[in-house]
Order: sequence, then C-alpha cells, then structure tokens
Amino acid sequence: MATEILMPALSPTMEEGTLSKWLVKEGDDVKSGQIIAEIETDKATMEFEAVDEGTVGKILIPEGTSGVKVNTPIAVLVEEGESADDIKAPAPAAADAPKAEAAPAPAEAAAPVEIVSKASPDWPEGTPMKTITVREALREAMAEEMRADENVFLMGEEVAEYQGAYKISQGLLDEFGAKRVIDTPITEQGFTGIAVGAAFGGLRPIVEFMTFNFAMQAIDQIINSAAKTLYMSGGQMGAPMVFRGPNGAAARVGAQHSQDYAAWYASIPGLKVVMPYSASDAKGLLKTAIRDNNPVIFLENEILYGRSFEVPDLPDFTIPFGKARIWREGADVTLVSWGISVGHALEAADKLAALGISAEVIDLRTLRPIDYDTVLASVQKTNRAVIVEEGFPVGSLASYMASVIMERAFDYLDAPVLALTGKDVPMPYAANLEKLALITSDEIVEAVRKVTYR
Amino acid sequence: MATRKTPETEAQTGANVSKEELLEYYREMLLIRRFEEKAGQLYGMGLIGGFCHLYIGQEAVVVGIEAATKEGDKRITSYRDHGHMLACGMDPKGVMAELTGREGGYSKGKGGSMHMFSKEKHFYGGHGIVGAQVPLGAGLAFSDKYKGNDNVTFAYFGDGAANQGQVYETYNMAELWDLPVIFVIENNQYAMGTSVKRSTKSQTLFGRGVAYGIPGEQVDGMDVLAVKAAAQKAVAHCRAGKGPYILEVMTYRYRGHSMSDPAKYRSREEVQKMRDERDAIEHVRDLLLTGGHATDDDLKAIDKDIKAVVNEAAEFAKESPEPALSELWTDIYA
Repeated sequence: MATEILMPALSPTMEEGTLSKWLVKEGDDVKSGQIIAEIETDKATMEFEAVDEGTVGKILIPEGTSGVKVNTPIAVLVEEGESADDIKAPAPAAADAPKAEAAPAPAEAAAPVEIVSKASPDWPEGTPMKTITVREALREAMAEEMRADENVFLMGEEVAEYQGAYKISQGLLDEFGAKRVIDTPITEQGFTGIAVGAAFGGLRPIVEFMTFNFAMQAIDQIINSAAKTLYMSGGQMGAPMVFRGPNGAAARVGAQHSQDYAAWYASIPGLKVVMPYSASDAKGLLKTAIRDNNPVIFLENEILYGRSFEVPDLPDFTIPFGKARIWREGADVTLVSWGISVGHALEAADKLAALGISAEVIDLRTLRPIDYDTVLASVQKTNRAVIVEEGFPVGSLASYMASVIMERAFDYLDAPVLALTGKDVPMPYAANLEKLALITSDEIVEAVRKVTYR
Repeated sequence: MATRKTPETEAQTGANVSKEELLEYYREMLLIRRFEEKAGQLYGMGLIGGFCHLYIGQEAVVVGIEAATKEGDKRITSYRDHGHMLACGMDPKGVMAELTGREGGYSKGKGGSMHMFSKEKHFYGGHGIVGAQVPLGAGLAFSDKYKGNDNVTFAYFGDGAANQGQVYETYNMAELWDLPVIFVIENNQYAMGTSVKRSTKSQTLFGRGVAYGIPGEQVDGMDVLAVKAAAQKAVAHCRAGKGPYILEVMTYRYRGHSMSDPAKYRSREEVQKMRDERDAIEHVRDLLLTGGHATDDDLKAIDKDIKAVVNEAAEFAKESPEPALSELWTDIYA
C-alpha cells in the first residue's frame, strides 16, 4: 500500500516551513530512520527521517518550496509492485481530536449577598484547659500522630540527637528511635527530594526546615514534585506530607534569615498552607496537617515558640483547615491577619478601644484554603477592612484579599480596603531599621483611623 | 570496586542465553523503537504537542535492566520516559494516548509525554526537572527500607543530570543510610547539545560515586545482555542490604534531544556509524540468526506483530476523546 509522507511539525510552534533539500530521488529505496530531506523552520534547519520503508514513488513538493503547511503530503512511498501512478489524491490532514463536552468553570457569587461566617468554637464549652507554649503544642501534635500512625516520621537537620534547633522535637528520638526521628546532613534539596519520594512510596513524612529561608534550596522539590504530582498523574499518586519550620523575621538575624514565604506557597495549587498564631491552633492544625493526604506547608514563627496559650486538654484535638478564628468581635472595622501579625492586630484593637473604635480581629489560620466567608461576613457588618501581613507588599496575600473583598462585598464598603504589609526592603540588621521594616500595632491604628475617618 | 567491561564477555556473545530470552529482548526493544518512530510521526502530524523526547537507540538499557527486576521493584526516570514505561509492562495504548493528550492516557491527558505514572507497575514518573528524580528515587528506596521489604528502586538519569548538585546530595545520604537504590546513569554522550567532554573533565561518571563510598561500573549499553548481567550484580548488592550501586550505561540516542533539535552538535556520520555498527536490536537479531534460534521469516513475523501493536496504540490514541473540560479542576487535592 502506498504511504504518504507528510510535511512534519518539527517544533512545538511550527505551522509551515521550507522544504530546502531532498536527499532522495524518485525510485530510491528508503529505510526507516534514513534522513530523506532537510526542512527549514523559523528556528533552524532540521533533518527529516523516514518512518516507513519503501521506494520513493513520487516527490510531490520540489525542494526549495517555501511556506509548505504542516501535514501537506510531500512525497509518496510505494511498496514492491506498486506504481506511483496508482496514487490517489492526497488524503486529508490529521483529523481533529474528538471534542469533549464543555463544562462551565465554578461560578463566583456576585455581591451583594448576605454571607454567613464559618467561624465556630474549636472545642465545646466546659472543656478542661491547660496552658502550654507553642513549642510544646507542636511537639505534642507530632508525638500524638507518630503514636497513632507508624508511617509518620520526622526528618531534618538536628531534629534527633541535638533535640531540635529550636527544641521542637525534644524527646522524640527517645520515644520513637532513630528509624523515625532522622538527622540529615545539611542538604535541603536532597533530603526534601528523598522525603517526597518516601511519600510517593506510601510513608507520611514530616520535614523540618531549620527555617523556611533554607527551604528555598528545596523549593523545586516542594512545588514541582510534591505539589504537582497528583495532578500530573491523573490522581494516581501524590505526596501526603508536612513541611514545617519557623518562617518570617525572628530578631536581628538579617536579610537572608528573615523572609515571610506565606504568599509564595499560598499561590501554588496542590499545596495547603497553614500559619498558626496560638498554641491551640498550632497543635490542632499540625495534627490535621499530618493526617491530610496532600503536601502541607506549615509556617511557624520563632518569636511565638515560647509564648503560652490555653489549649484544650483533650486526647485527640484537631482543627479543620479553611476555618478562620474570630479573636475579638467588633463593630467598626475588620482586621484580617495570620501568624504573628495576629498579635499586632490584637494589640492595635486594644489601643483602638481606648479611642472608642471597636475592631473585629480575624485570624485566617490557613492560607490555602482561605475562609473568605468569615472575612466577608465581618466586612458586611463593619463595612471597613484592614489586612495585616508580615511579608513584602508586591504580590502579597493582603492585596489579593483586598481584591476579593472589593469584588464580593463592594456595596458594603464605606472606605477603601487597606493592605498593610512589611516594607518593600530586604530585612536590615540595625535594631532601629529592623523595627521600621516590620509592621507595628501603631501602624495598624493609623490605618484604621484613616478608614474610619477618625 | 570499579571495573570497566571488557568487550567479548560471555554475555555479549550470547552463549548460555536461551532462545526464549533472546526473542523476548528482541520483541521488547523492537516495540520501543517502533513505538517511538510512530510517536515521532504523530508529532509531525501535530497529534502530539509540546516536548517529545524519543528513546530510539537506547532500547537495550531499559530492557536489560528490567530483565533483572522482580515484582515490587520501583523505577523512576526523567522526561525521556516512553521506553521505561513500555519495558516495565505499561500498556502502549495508554502511553500513546497520553502523548496525544487524551482521556485514555495514563494521566487522563493531564501529564503529557514527560509526566506519566503507574502505581500498578511501580513506575513513579516521568519528571521534567533535570536531576530531580534522583532524590525522589532514593526516597522510594527509603520507603521500602522503612517498611522492611527487599524491593529495590532504579533511579534513571542522564549524563546531563549527573552534573546536578542534588545527585551528589542523594549519593551521600543513600550510602549513609544504605538505601536500596540503583543509580542508572544513561550516558548517551549528549546533554541536549553539550557533549560529556564539553561538560566535565571526569573520566567516568560512575567513578564519582567513589567519593561517597558507592561502588559502580561502566556497562556497554548497546548490548542488552551486558546490561542485564551488570543489573543482576547491582540488584544482588542492593537486596543484600549493602546500600546503593551505580551503573553508568554507555548508550547513544539516534534522534535529537527533543523533536525540535536541529542536531548541529554532532555529525551525521557519527550517528550513522553507531546505527550501522552498534545497534542494540541488530545485535540481538544477529545472535538469533547466527545461533540458529530464528529464521528471517520468524523475525519478520515478530516485526509484523509489533507493528500491529503500535498501530493499534496509535489508533487508540487518535480515537480516545480529549479529557472532559471538568477535568481541569480534578486531582488537585487528594
């Protein structure tokens, strides 16, 4: 049977090209893999190999022809006993793929619609409470989950024998042994890749970064390998694991150790992102993160590690993702924050109360997914919003949240939504400059006075 | 520790290799070659888009390695992955339909040529960032050691990836923790357009393992029997709990780095010489014919069977519908 040789596409973008040279002539025998022509694309001259074997029956497009469209028949191969004259008119080019049914993208509700907050108490009234630090809360969460599931293990620099650079993993080596509490060499990209591979293999790793600043060495493995594999595999396999460690500025550790990565990770589909403020949230959310079947970025804060909070004294206490916490109810303005900035917002709310302004303080707690409903319900009540974020201003979560409020609650707003962030500078070392670079409760007070016109 | 293969070993002459075994290798290598030729053709017709990296010329590597595996062993590789999938028994239809971006593909059309997976066949991708699959492979081996079974993982990468830092971070930890991982360096001489000589002064790539205490050897990758023999040795080392092993398999790709490679970094004569003198499929074909294991007609019949399998895969890949538009929003979270 005669076979048509079609003008090939030789790059992802090629639509037509020049048939610059034939390396065979009519009557020649052609073997599979033999180079039969040179074709010039917009980028380069490429060799064109035969796929099928046979004799060149007819050359349909002479060399030197330009503007030959992809899939145009350029020659015909015939088998023994066939003649080129038997060849019929060129067959149509490759058929288009069968088309799939159109499905609409998920629709966003248009304003104004009364939105109901999802916020609700995290534990029943009358639950016995205990006071522990954020550090102890994180340790309890890991220990409880490691007791419950032997596939959970902890890996990182100085997590075992040193007992943790920030003592989060203190005592875990003694309880769980060196098989499950693993000291790594200083090799973030390598051990992160190994942990992601272990998750593909059915384990549930917890990777501790000494700080998230060091995770930049490993960010390819976090995003390209951990976050995207479930999608790329059509749902066959993913990475159930937790990446945790301190994030953001500590105190006078300079530019390379002081960045807040919340907005970076929160922009990635396939990741979940958690940034707790209190000890109860640290514990309840870390337990949820370890049980989650997806890669979870868990952003802690060194300054918060030693702070004490009340935590419910329950044997198995978890907090679901995607549920904000209302720390303080108010009527005049909504302050939205997460992580250490919640502390600044609460401090600002006290100062504002002294000025006669009642601020509602919302802690998002998880940044992917985000509980928009609780924020929007609050804005519908207060009609004003200030968002407070530790990180840089450009591409911030605060500006994204401001746009969501504008889009979904525009008719409720009595003032522009303000996004307050860290300053647009690398973190300086000098004490006075560092203070200036970070967000303060006084700046929040100023912003609120602006939007309340008081 | 390190040895270089001398030519004309028992393995290479085919002595003591059964007819069935030789025929099996012939079939598997031919399937990969015909499949890749068809993929190249479908790419030329615009049915396959984006990047498409063909395995033609390197067939003996995966077929030889797979001959040393058992059920439960894992494999992971880079973006030049079609051969690995066919060699571990994945369905040519599912692979080709992924290349055309259709619902019947292994990733429902959402992965493409570079990103396919099969839990059933323990194939863990299909990774597009050069070298990233190496720590992932060590991680798979970590999971088997943690669970206490005797499975091994094959982490394939090229001579180009061999210069990535994470490969050496992984060597260090794999040996430190005695992970059952075999690093298979497919040295096809060119990292895209940069020859090995232009990228390193190291005499060998497997020799870099010495710095970490990992044994290894160079293997003739155009000889499926030599690859199998070396793989068996590496597997025995790993399964015995002695830690990782490196195989530097010397091979050659006949086609460009990807479909849009004008191949100006090497001469046409160099490629032709390899095809004429060292072709892995021709080698087994010779062993079959000269050993009296098969006739020309027997081999023609096999060729015909393979062609039918590949054509069936291509037809399936054309007929399978594009994924439903609702698929855009699925498989983001488990």
